[in-house]
Amino acid sequence: MVTTSEVRVEAQFEELADKRPFWSVVGEFARKQPLGSFGMGIVVLMIFASAFATILSPYDPEANAFEHMLTPPNLQFLLGTDQFGRDILTRIIYGARTALFVGFTAAFIGATVGLVLGVASAFFGGRFDLIFQRIMDVLMAFPLIILALAVVSIFGTGIQNVIIAITIPFIPRCARVVRSQALAIREIPYIDAARANGFSNARIIMRHMVPNVMAPFLIMLTAFVGQAILLEASLSYLGLGVQEPIPAWGLMLQGGAEEYVESAPWVAIWPGVAISLAVFGFNLFGDAVRDTLDPKLRSQ
Amino acid sequence: MWQYILKRLLLMIPTLFGAAILIFFLLRLIPGDVCELKMAGAGLYVDQEQIDICRTNLGLEQPMIIQFWDFVSGFVTFDLGTSMWTGKAITYEIALRFELSLQVAIMATLTAVLIAIPLGTISAVRQNTWIDYFVRAFSIAGIAIPSFWLGIMIILGLLIFTQAWFGTPWMPPIEYTPIWVDPWANLSQLIWPAVATGWRYSAVATRMTRSALLEVLREDYIRTARAKGLMEKLIINRHALKNSMLPVVTVLGIEFAFLMGGLVVTEQVFNLNGLGKLFVESVLNQDFTLTQALVMLVVTIAVFTNFVVDICYAWLDPRIRYA
Repeated sequence: MVTTSEVRVEAQFEELADKRPFWSVVGEFARKQPLGSFGMGIVVLMIFASAFATILSPYDPEANAFEHMLTPPNLQFLLGTDQFGRDILTRIIYGARTALFVGFTAAFIGATVGLVLGVASAFFGGRFDLIFQRIMDVLMAFPLIILALAVVSIFGTGIQNVIIAITIPFIPRCARVVRSQALAIREIPYIDAARANGFSNARIIMRHMVPNVMAPFLIMLTAFVGQAILLEASLSYLGLGVQEPIPAWGLMLQGGAEEYVESAPWVAIWPGVAISLAVFGFNLFGDAVRDTLDPKLRSQ
Repeated sequence: MWQYILKRLLLMIPTLFGAAILIFFLLRLIPGDVCELKMAGAGLYVDQEQIDICRTNLGLEQPMIIQFWDFVSGFVTFDLGTSMWTGKAITYEIALRFELSLQVAIMATLTAVLIAIPLGTISAVRQNTWIDYFVRAFSIAGIAIPSFWLGIMIILGLLIFTQAWFGTPWMPPIEYTPIWVDPWANLSQLIWPAVATGWRYSAVATRMTRSALLEVLREDYIRTARAKGLMEKLIINRHALKNSMLPVVTVLGIEFAFLMGGLVVTEQVFNLNGLGKLFVESVLNQDFTLTQALVMLVVTIAVFTNFVVDICYAWLDPRIRYA
């Protein structure tokens, strides 16, 4: 069971992959989506950096080396060292692991829970839908930073709690978008047909409705990854996120950015560049995904 | 229409009530309480008795349901009570910071509008040209760059620039001066956080302007306007832009509501004593009454903005009919 948009997307991919040399396909994509392919390049680079971090860098990202404290960038330490003598480039490379892990986990859990809840809300309708919508309203209006602060105060800091804090606000955002799509799908006759066949509610939701709201789900999912990376950086910067000595970009800024901004600007500059580039890349990539999947937005 | 307004107003009640329940129980799940923190901060030897006295004074010994009732009835009657940490009236604590937060929010909004509308328009009119790609990249960069880091970079830039230009490094003042006392000192402090948040803010609005304008430009009445030979400038300014402003205003409204309490990180960088900082302090101090009041303030602003935006939609666009 596929929607027309999926058929069109598949046709587009087939057209692209039509037995042509790999590079000409890449070139075609780059021409159609120049910003998107740039973003994809950054995403690939990040995955590459986190996969081969141990090979890429000769230094330990966590061990202090006080003999090299706050060394300016030179040939030995390309981006300089921080206040504990750790190589900044190494910590940025390893930091990509933290960012990707938090980004993907939070985005995936948040979007998936939102997907199931959104579809269920649309499917059941009535009072369930009304109550569910009010709960989503509360979560949407609730300040994110307070939620994060509360989660961290209750469970303590650390990566898994950062993921919880970031995931919660994603759920209502995804649920709302998915719900509006699912409301339209519920009216299509094949749902009635499935009901007439005596399928269970769970089966209709999971097998008949969920696959048909994949487009908004994927759009939200890709958009969430960048947001999650940015949120993790902000929380870590406030001291509420990932804790030392784990290399994380936001945390690197918390350590010394303001203190050393005059005397050792490299400590403050590079982690921020890494965050910005990563989020930039994921957002560009997400936009390209949206343009491809959403037939309404696609330009001719 | 009136029925719709009434229905929306009534729907605000469960949302606010839900937020009240959520913050009330979230806060009480946090281990420890304000009395322990206060005594620990004082660094004195404390016996259990003193902590108990403090708890009784603050009403923490009472059953949850009574505490919750006090909180909700206080909120409904606009009697926010006193801060558990400082002992001062909550309205006083908020009023102290409200001005600064409001001013930054207004300035950031102005920055955003000044950037977003021209850029979004040119991007839509020149869709899929290099200008469009540049504007899109610029606005995505605005979303991608963490505003706290942008703040640090602005400070660094100012230091380097003033060092090179005037010989002495200059930093924005740290003390807040109200704008009617000394506008120059006030602006030289607050313009930087406004720019740092304004860029991010403008990014959202630019994208909205672009997509809304693109949609309107495909409407029949634009073709009619072109067909009767109207100047392109007039078509864009008078016919298209006006009709595409609705979603842009929505985004601006929602972001403005967010700015009132959400500038925690930026305030940290620029060392501003605003509502965001008060937020963090009150949670860390386990100041239940103050945190509850602040959360309810921010949630009320958010819910109310949404309400106003929806009403404006129905008002401005006669095609929208609410059942």
